[in-house]
Order: sequence, then structure tokens, then C-alpha cells
Amino acid sequence: MEENVAIELRGIYKRFGRIQANKDVNLKLYHGEILSLLGENGSGKTTLMNMISGIYFPDEGQIFINGEEVVIKSPKDAFDNGIGMIHQHFKLIDVFTATQNIVLGMEGKLDLKAAANNVKELCDRYGFVLDPNKKIYEMSVSEKQTVEIIKVLYKGANILILDEPTAVLTPQETEKLFAVLKKMKEDGKAIIIITHKLNEVLEVSDRVTVLRKGETVGSVNTDEATVESLTEMMVGKKIELNIERTDPVNPVERLLVENLSCTNREGLPMLKNVTFTANAGEITGIAGIAGSGQRELLESIAGLQRDNSGSITYIDPETGTKKNLKDMSPTQIRALGVRLSFVPEDRLGMGLVGNMDIIDNMMLRTYRKGKSVFLEKSGPTALATKIVEDLEVVTPNITTPVRRLSGGNVQKVLVGREIASGPTVLMVAYPVRGLDINSSYLIYNLLNKQKESGAAVIFVGEDLDVLIGLCDKIYVLCGGQITGKVDARKTSKEEIGYLMTKGAGGSK
Amino acid sequence: MTKIIDIIVAAIIQGIPLLYGATGEIITEKSGNLNLGIPGIMYVGGISGIIGGYIYEKMTPNPVTVLLILIPLLSSLLGSLLMALLYSFLTVTLKSNQNVTGLALTTFGVGIGNFFGGSLVKMMGGTGGSIALQQTGKAFRAQLPFAKSLGSVGKLFFSYGFLAYLAIVIAVLAAFFLNKTRMGLNLKAVGENPATADAAGINVTKYKYFATCIGGMIAGLGGLYWVMDYTDGAWTNNGFGDRGWLAIAIVIFAIWKPLLAIPSATLFGGLYILSIYIPGLTSWQKELINTLPYVVTIVVLCTVSARKKKENLPPASLGLSYFREER
Repeated sequence: MEENVAIELRGIYKRFGRIQANKDVNLKLYHGEILSLLGENGSGKTTLMNMISGIYFPDEGQIFINGEEVVIKSPKDAFDNGIGMIHQHFKLIDVFTATQNIVLGMEGKLDLKAAANNVKELCDRYGFVLDPNKKIYEMSVSEKQTVEIIKVLYKGANILILDEPTAVLTPQETEKLFAVLKKMKEDGKAIIIITHKLNEVLEVSDRVTVLRKGETVGSVNTDEATVESLTEMMVGKKIELNIERTDPVNPVERLLVENLSCTNREGLPMLKNVTFTANAGEITGIAGIAGSGQRELLESIAGLQRDNSGSITYIDPETGTKKNLKDMSPTQIRALGVRLSFVPEDRLGMGLVGNMDIIDNMMLRTYRKGKSVFLEKSGPTALATKIVEDLEVVTPNITTPVRRLSGGNVQKVLVGREIASGPTVLMVAYPVRGLDINSSYLIYNLLNKQKESGAAVIFVGEDLDVLIGLCDKIYVLCGGQITGKVDARKTSKEEIGYLMTKGAGGSK
Repeated sequence: MTKIIDIIVAAIIQGIPLLYGATGEIITEKSGNLNLGIPGIMYVGGISGIIGGYIYEKMTPNPVTVLLILIPLLSSLLGSLLMALLYSFLTVTLKSNQNVTGLALTTFGVGIGNFFGGSLVKMMGGTGGSIALQQTGKAFRAQLPFAKSLGSVGKLFFSYGFLAYLAIVIAVLAAFFLNKTRMGLNLKAVGENPATADAAGINVTKYKYFATCIGGMIAGLGGLYWVMDYTDGAWTNNGFGDRGWLAIAIVIFAIWKPLLAIPSATLFGGLYILSIYIPGLTSWQKELINTLPYVVTIVVLCTVSARKKKENLPPASLGLSYFREER
């Protein structure tokens, strides 16, 4: 067995400023094996993989490939050693074709035609579907991922690292990806996959190595592991993986959306006659394949997308009066006394400012309230401190720019801020995307608390198990239309899955 | 008819230095470096050529034609190279702000040109603030022997010095390089997304340095053409005017495509001198016509951005420094 080791790490250390990202990490990967690398957000998984692929250089430690010690100083060294990494944020050039991206950085004469043929061949061999001459910006997320995988295969990689490959894929696409990975494994490739979805870990991998706070906790064979045992290894203690759903108390109508339609920049309809009601004290789920109009729906309510028709009405919880929200900007909505909070899916694009620290990001919500010309910082500072403590945000301090935090911690900061304003309507889009299991449950519990305190929570999600376990009622969107409303306590994944694809065939 | 040909020939002549500047800037910008120092580099390219030519022509009793061309050419390239190296060092190695560095370089380059130009005028004991290197100028302006005998056709196509043809050859080569070679592909990748290029094993720093330096040297040749060919080996302080900025405008007008830069440069050259050829204009009308190149650029910029075709947009990371270890 020993001579079959593809890559071995011994005693790897890496530090960024005051953050110790990796500490004495040991890891072994064999040929013909899929290894899952597990760990909470900020436990140093991505940093570790970046060191293997030559983006970062370890401070200490040794890397062995096929039993020989190597020094990986640059991505090129990594290629030369047969290592290929598929990054979580795709590293592709938008204006290039798939083929141009795939041959990028290689040597020899540039022959795109021959390269395209080789790409086709590789696709056929592993069962990918890809047009080699399609430009990246015209591609779907899963096509882009295919390009990334072909890119490393094309360069002859034997060791593949996939950083959260399923985070942005639909269940069907994930299944396809796993089939391909298994084919590669049979082909003798060594594969490391980073994912937060434990059921995927159990499904696809042979072994699991767990990192906690930058250190290796241990490795187990997948068939001896369960969701509970893995979680315990990751977190370091037993935690409850139950969503406590309480029955809605006194649900009254809070937000009415009627016949809402809108089109995108190109004039294509994104929402068609969407009608739904969100009640106070309930979590209203919105299910659907990515891009079915979820984003447009939430942005319309939040006042970010005003090019639409239909009506959006808010019912004031104190007076019971109806207030029109359509054609209102976010500032106008706030001026009406409507406490509407929105956690957008694009955290660093729409939710937070990456270059500003946690305190300043808190102030984005409150700076208009100030009376003098000077900034009032003590309130936001207190809030930032409270969020960091309550939600266990991993950060050196509250004056760290949020872009330096890992994805899960960024999300905690954003959700914490939005909840702090005591919203009467709380809209969240994919709030646990990229979050580890512990943080995910923390977020679910926060949403439940908001529901209990009487907010109307609108939850856009992709994981059907979570939608069914967390929400009170679920609307299903398909191609911009509502194809069904189900009671979350009585429905099944199959029913929702059917509704998610129902309208796709009929609408043009 | 003769007048139209005159205008076209004048437009082409005016367009040549613009084309050098534009091609140089396109190569530079494809690496993600927005070099606003190009106008300054073109001044330096011009004065360096003058200095080289001056030393050779004035110090040698019987100058040889080949050296009359070669020495100014090489000293011009060297001058522009040093300027471009300075820009690369500041923006790529020290990662300073590209806009500020570029603007400073332009002020610096124009200053250098006028300073040495003024000194040389003094040394030659000349008056009126100009230097004339007749023999060097003549060498640069040499035309094909049969050009004169071909009438209008000869005038239109064969009446220019060799640097004019070289400008077009370089633009065509630049297009070929960017679209057909592996290094061109790598260069574009660096300008679009340096992190991706880096992960693909491309040496981002090297590409940025080479593109900026080669681009700078190409642009500098525009200055050399101006002083040696257009003004016949004479330097006048501030004589090159704001043509460097026009060259940068052409980059946008030609949507970062060297082949489109060829007709664009001629068009801009024509618009630049149009007011001279329209009789009976008052001075404000002249000034209004002189704004045409800039107005046209703004219109193109608006149309291109409105159409949002990804291929026509500037390189995605243009103007940004690349930090590898940053998270």
C-alpha cells in the first residue's frame, strides 16, 4: 500500500499575519481513491490545498509525491508534479473560449483546432458534455466547472483537488459530477474533495480527513463514519443536528405580492404573475432551480428592481394599515417605517463592502440616523462586538476588512447585522451556501428565533431537506412562475422536485 | 481631386505617430497596465532620437546614412525603454497606483523633452528655440525612388519615410501576436484576470514588464517619427502637442484591436488637422473642429459600453495591481 501513496503532507504550517491557518497538518492520499477533506469554515482547508497547488508556500513542512519529497513554489511546479486544483471561485477568463482557457499557460505551438479535438476526446472519455468553442461568459456554472476539470485533466493531472465543487450545482448536476469522479478514480487518479455537505462525503468518498482550527484531527474510512461522528470530529463536541420547528403563533398576513412580473436587461421575462403571501410568525420557503426568478422576486420586494408590474403590499403589524411597496426605493421603504431586512445571495457584492471592517459594515445600516456631521461609531462598535461573540465569528478583531474573513464568517456578519435591526420582514437568499454544518444550524436557529418573535421570514434555499425541515409553507418557482404551494409539514422532496421542473417544459 | 489626396496624405502623416502610440498602449493595456505615461514616453522617444542624431551628425565629419538612421533609432528605443521600465518598476514591483504613476510620467517625459531640447538649442547657438538635423532628417525621409513618377498613386502610397510603413507593419504584427500566438493568449489572460493566469503557471510579473516595455518602445517610435520625418530632424519645445493623449483615445476608439487602430489613427489624424483645410473659419470654429477626435471617442465609448459585448470591453483587470498572497 505504501508505494501507492500519491501525495503525503508532513507537518505543514502556514500563517497569515496573526492568523495561524495551518498547524502541523499531516495527510495521505492514495492513487485510485477519493478523499474528503472536512472542517468548519476557516479551519484551513482551502489554504492547505492552495499550498499543494502552488498558490501559497508553506512556512514549514514537507510534501511528498509518489514517495519523493518535492518543493512546490508555483502553480507550474504543481502541474509538473501532476497536481491540478479546481478552485471554488473559478479561475477562468470570461472572454476566452473553453479551449483557450484549457490550453492557457501550456507550452509549444498554439493550435486551437487540435486542442479543441483533444478536449472533445477527454470529454467523451469521462462523460462530460462541453462545447470547446463556447465562451466562458455564455456558460452555466456547471459548464464552467466542467471547463475547470478538463483543464487539469488536459494538463495530465493525476492528483485532483476540488474545492467545494457542489456548492453551486443542482442535485442533478452534482450526481453527474460524482459519476465522473468515480470514473476518474477507477482510472487511477487520486482525488481530494472539499465539501460541507456530509451526505455527499458519505456518498462519494473512500476516506475522510478532518481539520479543526488548522490542525488535522484524524482520518477515518467513510464506511465506518456517520454524519454524527464526522460532525463531532469537526466541531470537537457532540452537537444537535435538529431544526426545532415550532408551530406558527398567530400568523397574520404581513406581505402580499400579487401578479408580480418583471423582465431582465435583455427583455426576457424573469417573473410571470407571481402571487404569494408571507405571514408573520412563519417561515415562507421558496424552492426552485437556481435562476428561476428567486433573485428578481426578492429584489423587487426590497426595492432594488423597480422595473416591474403587479403589486407589493405590506401590512403594518401595529396599525394594520396597508402600505404599498411597489416602485419604492430601499430608502423610501425605510422612511415608511417598514423594517425590511434582506440577506442577498451575493454577500460581498450586495450585502457587505469587502474593503471595510466589521464596524463600518454595521454602519451601512445606521449612518443615516446620525444627527451631527460626525460619524457615530460607538453603537456600531458594540453591535459588531456582539455579533462576533454571539455568532462565533472567526476574525482577528472587529477592525479586520470583511473580505479577509472566510465565506461562512462573512455570512454570519451579514445575517447578524440584518437581524439586529429587529425586522418585521426578513428575506434571506441561500444563507448557508458555503457554510459548514455547525454554522448552518446556527443560522437556522437564528431564523427560527426571528419567526418566533413575529417576523415574516422568507427563505430562498436549495437544499430541499432543509426547506422541508425549516419552513412552514413552501412556494415553488419554476421559470419565473409559481408552480405550487405546499405545506412543508406534509410535503415530500419528490413533490417539490416535481413542481420545480413542472413549468420548464411548458413555458417558452 | 488633388486636394482630397492632399488631405488624405496629410491625415496619414498625422496618423502615423498616433498609430505608434496606440499600438504601444494596446500592447501595454493588454497586460492590465493602464500606462497614461505614453504621451511623456513619446516625448522622450523623440528627444532621445534627437540627442543620438545630434551627437552623431554634429560630431562626425562625414556621416554614413545607415548610422544616421540606426543611431537615433536605437537611442530613441533606449530612452522609451527606460521610461517604460520606470513605470513597470513602480506599478508592477512596487504596486503603486497606475493612474498617478502614468500622469507623473507624462509630466516628467514632457519636461525631459523640453529641457534637453532647450539645452541643445542653446548648444547649437540657435535662435527661435529649434534644432535642425538636416542630414538625419533627410535619411529618415528618404522615399522609394519611383514614388515621384507615379503621380497620385505614388503620392498616396509611396511618399512616406520608412517609419510610416514600419508603424503599419508593427500594428499588423501586434494583431497577429495577440490573436494567433501562445504568448499573445497568455498576455491577454494576464490583463483579463492575473490570478487565473498565475494559477495557470504564467509569470504575471514578467508579462507585465515585457508588455509595458515593448509597448513603451513602440510608442516612443511615434515621437521619433515626429521629430525626424514630420519636422525634418528639428526639435521645437512642446511641438508634439497633445498627440499622446489622442493616441490613448484611439486605443478606446479601436476597442483594443491593433488592426482597427490603423484606420482609426488616420481618421484621428485627419480630424486633427481638418480645420486647416477648411477655408474661412473663425478661431472658435477651428477650436470646435479640433475637439472632434475627443467627441468621437466619447461617442464610441458610450456605444461600446451600452452594447455590453464582452469582447469589446477593456481588459477586465485594467488599472489594477496584482497581489498574489492576498486573500
